[in-house]
Amino acid sequence: MEFLQYLFSGITSGAIYAVIAVGFSMLYSATDLINFAHGEFVMLGALCLVTMKAIGMPLPIAFLNAVLIVGLIGLIFERLAIRPVKRPQPIVLVIITVGASIFFRGMAMILWGKDTYSVPPFSDHPPIIISGAALLPQSLWILFIVLAVVACLYLFYQKTLTGKAMQACAISKKAAWLMGIPAKWMVSLSFLLSAAMGAVAGVIIAPITMCSYDMGTMLGLKGFCAAMLGGLGSLWGALLGGFLLGILEAMGVGFFSSSIKDAIAFLLLLFILYVRPGGIIGAVQAKRF
Amino acid sequence: MKKMSIKTVLLSATLCFTISLLILPRAWAESTWKIGGIFAVTGPASFLGDPEKKSMEMIVETINKNGGIDGRPLEAVIYDTEADPTKAVMAVSKLINRDKVMAIIGPSTTPTSLAVIPGAQRAGIPLISCAAGNGITQPIKPWIFKTAQSDIHAVAAIYNHMKKIGHTKVGIITVSNAFGESGKEQLESQAPDFGITVVRAENFGAKDTDMTAQLTKIRGEKPDAIVCWGTNPGPAVVSRNARQLNIDIPLYQSHGVASPKFIDLAGEAAEGILLPTGKILVADLLPDDDPQKPVLKTYIRQFQEKYNSPVSGFGGYAYDGVRILADAIKGTGGDLAKIREKIESTRDHVGVSGTFNFSPEDHNGLDPSAFVMVRIENGTWKLVE
Repeated sequence: MEFLQYLFSGITSGAIYAVIAVGFSMLYSATDLINFAHGEFVMLGALCLVTMKAIGMPLPIAFLNAVLIVGLIGLIFERLAIRPVKRPQPIVLVIITVGASIFFRGMAMILWGKDTYSVPPFSDHPPIIISGAALLPQSLWILFIVLAVVACLYLFYQKTLTGKAMQACAISKKAAWLMGIPAKWMVSLSFLLSAAMGAVAGVIIAPITMCSYDMGTMLGLKGFCAAMLGGLGSLWGALLGGFLLGILEAMGVGFFSSSIKDAIAFLLLLFILYVRPGGIIGAVQAKRF
Repeated sequence: MKKMSIKTVLLSATLCFTISLLILPRAWAESTWKIGGIFAVTGPASFLGDPEKKSMEMIVETINKNGGIDGRPLEAVIYDTEADPTKAVMAVSKLINRDKVMAIIGPSTTPTSLAVIPGAQRAGIPLISCAAGNGITQPIKPWIFKTAQSDIHAVAAIYNHMKKIGHTKVGIITVSNAFGESGKEQLESQAPDFGITVVRAENFGAKDTDMTAQLTKIRGEKPDAIVCWGTNPGPAVVSRNARQLNIDIPLYQSHGVASPKFIDLAGEAAEGILLPTGKILVADLLPDDDPQKPVLKTYIRQFQEKYNSPVSGFGGYAYDGVRILADAIKGTGGDLAKIREKIESTRDHVGVSGTFNFSPEDHNGLDPSAFVMVRIENGTWKLVE
């Protein structure tokens, strides 16, 4: 029974890490850029939901609006901060994203204040008890939405022309450009999608984690670890890494000690990167998706 | 050679001018009692520093309206530490060297207080901290006092209540930062005095989002009650998780969450939670014979009238500090050593945070009676007998 409870706890936080990791991964696969402001998009998504709900919107509409707004912020961020860079070396761009994350956090602090906000769960059911272990309905919501979003992304990349064009840009920007694919637009689009993914993560986890202007940093870091664990650039790897990280953390607390919870997760990350530098899935799959 | 001498003349002239500028305002201000305040007005601890600054300004104004101290008005010089120990140390040396204050109220947080103590000690200037950490006044430092209730008293209040009900086994879950560590230390060291055993001690990160694993582990030890020690939002998550896991033993929280915000965050899961709090939160519910009631009522009314915002539980630390200091300055003519002695011999001073009885062995002056136990019922606080 205790094992099962640890597993459920792990799946809940794992799903949270997974959805954030997917956002990291998809932007990386399209632009070779690690966006350290991604955690901030998660925070913005959650806080936008708080505001939308506060002005009386029903949940689905508030959800959509929050995701749209943050997606647009991602687009503007790319247009104003990333694209104008004259010599876009990876290190410069990464530092820009770090700066942007500080900017977003500061703006959120001014707009929403330093308070923590709580959001009611999507559905008002009591926890589901399976042989003594409790599973939150919100965890199921998270699982369901994460899987749905990833499935949609997968289909988008595999079946649509735009998706294929994005993949082409990811493989070789120059070649794609020569083939008449507007590479710049593809980059913008992937920023929009990635920010929207972050917002989705923020919205669905808000009822569990509660939200404040400074929630993004730690979540972003954990999501980044999960993405590395699974293999940067791989959708399924990000999912796997997220769940693995969450479950290991919970098991670490359960069977060792809560004071070394983070240490266990990060030790494992080091170990996996040592054995398989490309992450669990990343090294096997040469193809990105 | 000649050039050089002109330069020297110019330099010394500038120097003289600067010095005179520095000295003159002091000469003018000689007719006031100058006291310093250093609070975390902005930054992560602004929820402490902002009401403290406002409370200090308010009480200084009140004292001056009533004729000041021995006919001379108080003058407050307040700096912002942003909860940064380095800035706090700089602010203190500025207060001591440039503003020449005779005493300092603040800082707001334990780390900043610990950082400024050596400076105040060296200068020999009374400092009344507004932070909670036990390390500020233990061991006793001659010039350092504090007005905030200590963790020791909060833990004693909780254990007292448990003893009355008959709980003997507790599980504790604390946040891994200075606040949680200090709470954990007190919870573990005081338990034997109340016939209580800590059966399991778990902790959580300040930004963790799920504590069900820790709670499951605690539940496995079958304790009579659980004590959680942290500041928002962690304890709210713990409360929710405990509710989700159907844990039906009493859950105690620390005074760190004694604000309406906690009820707001924990929502339904806050019901039935027990916690110790300073009396300001439940001023209206106190029995009329409580000596603190009139002080609390005056403070709350004044604060709400002046700032037009609900009173916070933290501004009282600065309010008490200034009042104790003002009483101590009376009749000393500004002799710092005498002021220090008078603070140390303050007895039965009824303040916002409790009744202060300072002594050479106790520079906090409070006892567990500064706390009352409350239970959250129907989204509000109820006094527990």
